[in-house]
Amino acid sequence: MSLADLAAAERPGAPAETPAPPRGAFGRLLRSELRLVLGRRRNLVLLVGLALVPVLLGTVLFVTRDTAISAGGPPFVDRVTGNGLFLVLTALVACLPLLLPLVIGIVSGDAVAGEAQAGTLRYLLLLPVPRTRLLAAKALAVLVFAACTVLAIALSGLVTGAAYFGIGDVTLLSGDTVSAAEGLARTAGIVAYVGLSLTGLVALGLFFSTLTEVPVAAMAATVVVAIVSGVLDALPQLSAIHGALLTHHWLDVGELLRTQIDLGVLGQGLAVQGAWVAIFGALAWSRFTTADVSS
Amino acid sequence: MTGPSAPADGTAAEPAVRTRGLTKRFRSGQVAVDGIDLEVPHGAIYGFLGPNGSGKTTTLRMVLGLVSPTSGTTTLLGETMPGAGPRVLPHVGALVEGPAFHPYLSGRANLDRLDAADATADPRSRDLRAAAALERVGLGAAARKPYRQYSLGMKQRLGLAAALLRPRDLLVLDEPTNGLDPQGTREVRHLLRELADAGTTVLVSSHLLGEIEQVCTHVGVMSRGRLLVQGPPEQLATDGESTVAVTTTAPCLDGATQLLADLGLTGVRRDGRTLTARLGMVAPEKISAAMVGAGLDLVGLEVRRPRLETLFVELTGEGFDVAR
Repeated sequence: MSLADLAAAERPGAPAETPAPPRGAFGRLLRSELRLVLGRRRNLVLLVGLALVPVLLGTVLFVTRDTAISAGGPPFVDRVTGNGLFLVLTALVACLPLLLPLVIGIVSGDAVAGEAQAGTLRYLLLLPVPRTRLLAAKALAVLVFAACTVLAIALSGLVTGAAYFGIGDVTLLSGDTVSAAEGLARTAGIVAYVGLSLTGLVALGLFFSTLTEVPVAAMAATVVVAIVSGVLDALPQLSAIHGALLTHHWLDVGELLRTQIDLGVLGQGLAVQGAWVAIFGALAWSRFTTADVSS
Repeated sequence: MTGPSAPADGTAAEPAVRTRGLTKRFRSGQVAVDGIDLEVPHGAIYGFLGPNGSGKTTTLRMVLGLVSPTSGTTTLLGETMPGAGPRVLPHVGALVEGPAFHPYLSGRANLDRLDAADATADPRSRDLRAAAALERVGLGAAARKPYRQYSLGMKQRLGLAAALLRPRDLLVLDEPTNGLDPQGTREVRHLLRELADAGTTVLVSSHLLGEIEQVCTHVGVMSRGRLLVQGPPEQLATDGESTVAVTTTAPCLDGATQLLADLGLTGVRRDGRTLTARLGMVAPEKISAAMVGAGLDLVGLEVRRPRLETLFVELTGEGFDVAR
């Protein structure tokens, strides 16, 4: 508190001193935010939908195994029937290009714009919730939701894979075999890498969400960026910028199945995500802390 | 112009809300609020009047720090906004441009959500405060119903409940009677009076003068982005054209007519045995003294102040045109 503030506080008519704020204010805000995001029926439906992907995949592979049509499909799919653990990776890779960006886009795009559209944003700001704190709580809640999406796919894949195909020793890309326990640990690493790969998208969605009062616009913009990034990544002419693309390193997750995991490769992917988070997090913050709330 | 509940130390109180030259020009170039000097004394019920689109809501948004002014300053409870927001806003309850809540949460869950987000609210007393606020606005029975099933009036009431979730020094209520039936409007008026009696300053906007006129200790009238007048209604009415009606006996009519003209009253008209004239700056008691002094019969003397309604219509125009 500056001297000027002190003087202001002593002026007649100034409000009585604010009572010492109860501790844990940010925790209460965050819990409330999480309850809002994770308790919302739409978001639960999205999670259930994602969890059904491995079930569908596993069922198809189980029914068609040892038949003429069993070959082909997404990466690693041929390994699933040999070891249920691979269903986790297969399902995650199948969801990465579209389903995960879509779900993350919906929830992150809705974070601020949804409250702005409903008008609840102005009442939060009038409580007052400092804008930086509100944005931080929203970002954390969406990140937790993003983690839930990946975990939903992973757990469902693990259970489905184990039930259909059993879990055994894991054959790596090089042909070496590691124990089921190590395979499980590597799968956990895969889940973590995929989860962290989504952080850039979360920051982007949050930024779009601060630009508009129409949540659908923010959601669509987020998904479009993810798709365009994938398209650009497929153009060899643009190889100069590929490294910086949001989605370029997503499939580097296979690195975790090599005998010698090159942490440099994974680190690069995470660094790119970190850069996207830093840039769009900063943009979201500067926009949100200065914007007029006129909805 | 110190309100009825000025601080006990008796110093000249800083008004609860004061703006100086507050202006908002939108990016479109439209000037929504044009240099207004709002002054809401402590303890007042300030009726902020004006037709739809006159800039009331934009003004309230700037006062509360939701919208940054193009120029001008605001002090809220004695501190400069928007910098003092974190210190001052916990003491301010607000209902701005209609209630807004999460449709899929119940009324009670919505209040819980707001209270949880309020850093300075004590979570231990939340249950008590939320239940009391809902009771106060008559929503006790509907507390567990999802917000989307509420009627317009119930939504409005929940908005008021949110503003009353904590004890407040100042309430800023934008059109709180929107969507309420006459019974609900009466209840809101009653509530405002009750709050003011307990020392809360109330700044309440409305485009319907009749709904709040009875409870206001001060009014401000806005039109086309400008604050045309403000002050206690009696005082505003005096600023308008007050007339006086002097009833006398038939033989004294001519004498009285002359006397009124001599006193400086204008527009003297005769209607039976009653003379009416524009009062201007003349004190009514001077007329009675002069009549008696001149030996003229004085049967009745009535000062007719214009109703606030008349003033409002005079200032803002009549009809359905919104201001812009």
